[in-house]
Amino acid sequence: MPETKNLSYAESVNAALRRALAERPEALLFGEDVAAPGGVFGVTKGLRKEFGDRVFDTPISESAILGGAVGAAMFGRRPIAEIMWADFSLVALDQLVNQAANVRYVSRGSLSAPLTVRTQQGNAPGACAQHSQSLEAFFAHVPGLRVCLPATHQDAYDLLLSAIWCDDPVIVIENRTLYHAGKQQVRLGGDVQPVGGAAVRRPGRDVTVLTWGALQHRVLEAADRLAGDGIEAEVLDARWVRPLDLAAVLASVRRTGRLVVAHEAHTVGGVGGEVLAAVAEAGLPLRCPPVRIGAPDTRIPAAPGLAAAVIPSTEVIAEAITKSVRA
Amino acid sequence: MPETAALLAHLESMRRIRSFEEEVTRLRATGEVVGSVHLCNGQEAIYVGACAALDLSRDAVFPTYRGHGWTLACGAPPHALFAELLGRATGINGGRGGSAYLSAPEYGMYGENSIVGAGAPIAAGAALAATFDGSGRVALAAFGDGAMNQGAVHEAMNFAAVRALPVIFLVENNHYSELTPIADMVRVDRLFKRASAYGMPGARIDGNDPEAVRQAVAEAVRRARSGAGPVLLEAMTQRIVGHYIGDAQHYRPSGDLDAALAAEPIGRLGRDLLGLGVAQSELDELEARVAREIADASARALADPVADPTTVLEHLYA
Ligand SMILES: Cc1ncc(C[n+]2csc(CCOP(=O)(O)OP(=O)(O)O)c2C)c(N)n1
Repeated sequence: MPETKNLSYAESVNAALRRALAERPEALLFGEDVAAPGGVFGVTKGLRKEFGDRVFDTPISESAILGGAVGAAMFGRRPIAEIMWADFSLVALDQLVNQAANVRYVSRGSLSAPLTVRTQQGNAPGACAQHSQSLEAFFAHVPGLRVCLPATHQDAYDLLLSAIWCDDPVIVIENRTLYHAGKQQVRLGGDVQPVGGAAVRRPGRDVTVLTWGALQHRVLEAADRLAGDGIEAEVLDARWVRPLDLAAVLASVRRTGRLVVAHEAHTVGGVGGEVLAAVAEAGLPLRCPPVRIGAPDTRIPAAPGLAAAVIPSTEVIAEAITKSVRA
Repeated sequence: MPETAALLAHLESMRRIRSFEEEVTRLRATGEVVGSVHLCNGQEAIYVGACAALDLSRDAVFPTYRGHGWTLACGAPPHALFAELLGRATGINGGRGGSAYLSAPEYGMYGENSIVGAGAPIAAGAALAATFDGSGRVALAAFGDGAMNQGAVHEAMNFAAVRALPVIFLVENNHYSELTPIADMVRVDRLFKRASAYGMPGARIDGNDPEAVRQAVAEAVRRARSGAGPVLLEAMTQRIVGHYIGDAQHYRPSGDLDAALAAEPIGRLGRDLLGLGVAQSELDELEARVAREIADASARALADPVADPTTVLEHLYA
């Protein structure tokens, strides 16, 4: 029976992990500092105590963590591995791209690697260049992987469960600026949703703004602001960048005739470009050229004042939306 | 026994690093410095001892994110470091590196690394270049005990050993990897023993004694310059602060911090110097002089202009 609790985003993740460990005896939770210390962001607190050896700390060895998850998953476990920051997954990308993503395909479906990787990404003031990247496009480029970015407390719970229940490798990209940003009512229990599916966060008739991850909160802020100027933006949260809910995007764009895609990741080679291409290929009649908003093609600087010039602000988003509607 | 003057010089360098970190702690508390900051309090003897053994006009140091101490020991000016941490235009990297990704190549410091273990293969590469350029350069890769479990470190050690590269792998064993004791994460009691797996010498050294570190690194440098290849040194030390500023250190058993404070190198060398007949007033004067230098550097950095956002796209490509 679903119940509702007032939780932070971090506690929502914790609740999903607790449920998965309770309902799936084959689930394992491991990573650096996740067990005894309860996670560097406090996300995995209490789980070691409750579930014993199925929750454990690992050496600082990402290849072993992810490769270990692949092997354990092939042999009946449901590993949930934490990579502390998405940037650190790069030292073990082989295990995701060459290994996990190939298991089902090359064995013609006789093997699978149903693992979940939990990680977090994005820029926060003062973070260094190796702790600030938005890497979803890296993962989304790889057939065989599934990728979601929960932006709400409810999604932090729901999407993680969908990932763990999914029979394929899934990467769940959380955002550390959300972990302790306040509490919300979260529905716990209930059916685990299948993978995929965008969500309308704000209905509107003038322009479709597709976004995901932490940037969504700035997009909503911008949309609220513009409502005062008579611009009604529809904010669509992709939630999953693979599989991308293209049907939802096309349906919305068909109504509004305009498209803005906003993400924190670099625009060049990003998922935003992919969405624009897909909309173009679908041949929708657009009332103005579609727009991508993202970080410019540079590294992410440490100084907060410099980083602010790179990460799309509410103002930049609002301006882009206004421009496309007034075009 | 080294000259008292040499020991006093070690003390001054260590004290400069400690005062710098104390001022960073203050600036983080006032919100002038933001984001995660990893202090090196308690580990100063390693930086000071090692840098005293290197020729920084040609040698290359590759530290981790806990690198303020290394950068200062290499000789970088405190003002430029404060400015970097404060996001000022005058920062040693113009605000692009910040606390955890500093570099100061003009002082022989070739870049902090925030990816655990990633500096080791790069140091091997710097050493590799030296085998071709005739510079006599030695590269020193410094990393924590936890980094000894990264594949990159093992690949680097084997690569360096097989090519007899002039590189020193220096483990700063402070007993913790972030929030987890290293003893829970490896089944060997001495990390330097892993050196034998790659066919290179390894040794454990007293990382709280700058002179002991200097001697061990000097020997490793001599060996490396002679073409005899890499070594692995395990410097035993401790953190007397959290992993990062704000870390409540709940994971440290009671007594652990007290033991660390009793062993830390600055108090220890001060006591040794008093035993050698140095007057307390001389030590006090040294401390006050360094404190003034650091306070002045910080104040100047705070008064500097912040980095200009219109320059943010610069330096990506040649
Ligand atoms: C590849 C990678 N994995 C994980 C981290 C997160 N992390 C940062 S510091 C740290 C602990 C490192 O411990 P150790 O190597 O002993 O160095 P110390 O901090 O004690 O100096 C971890 C796990 C990281 N920065 N990079």
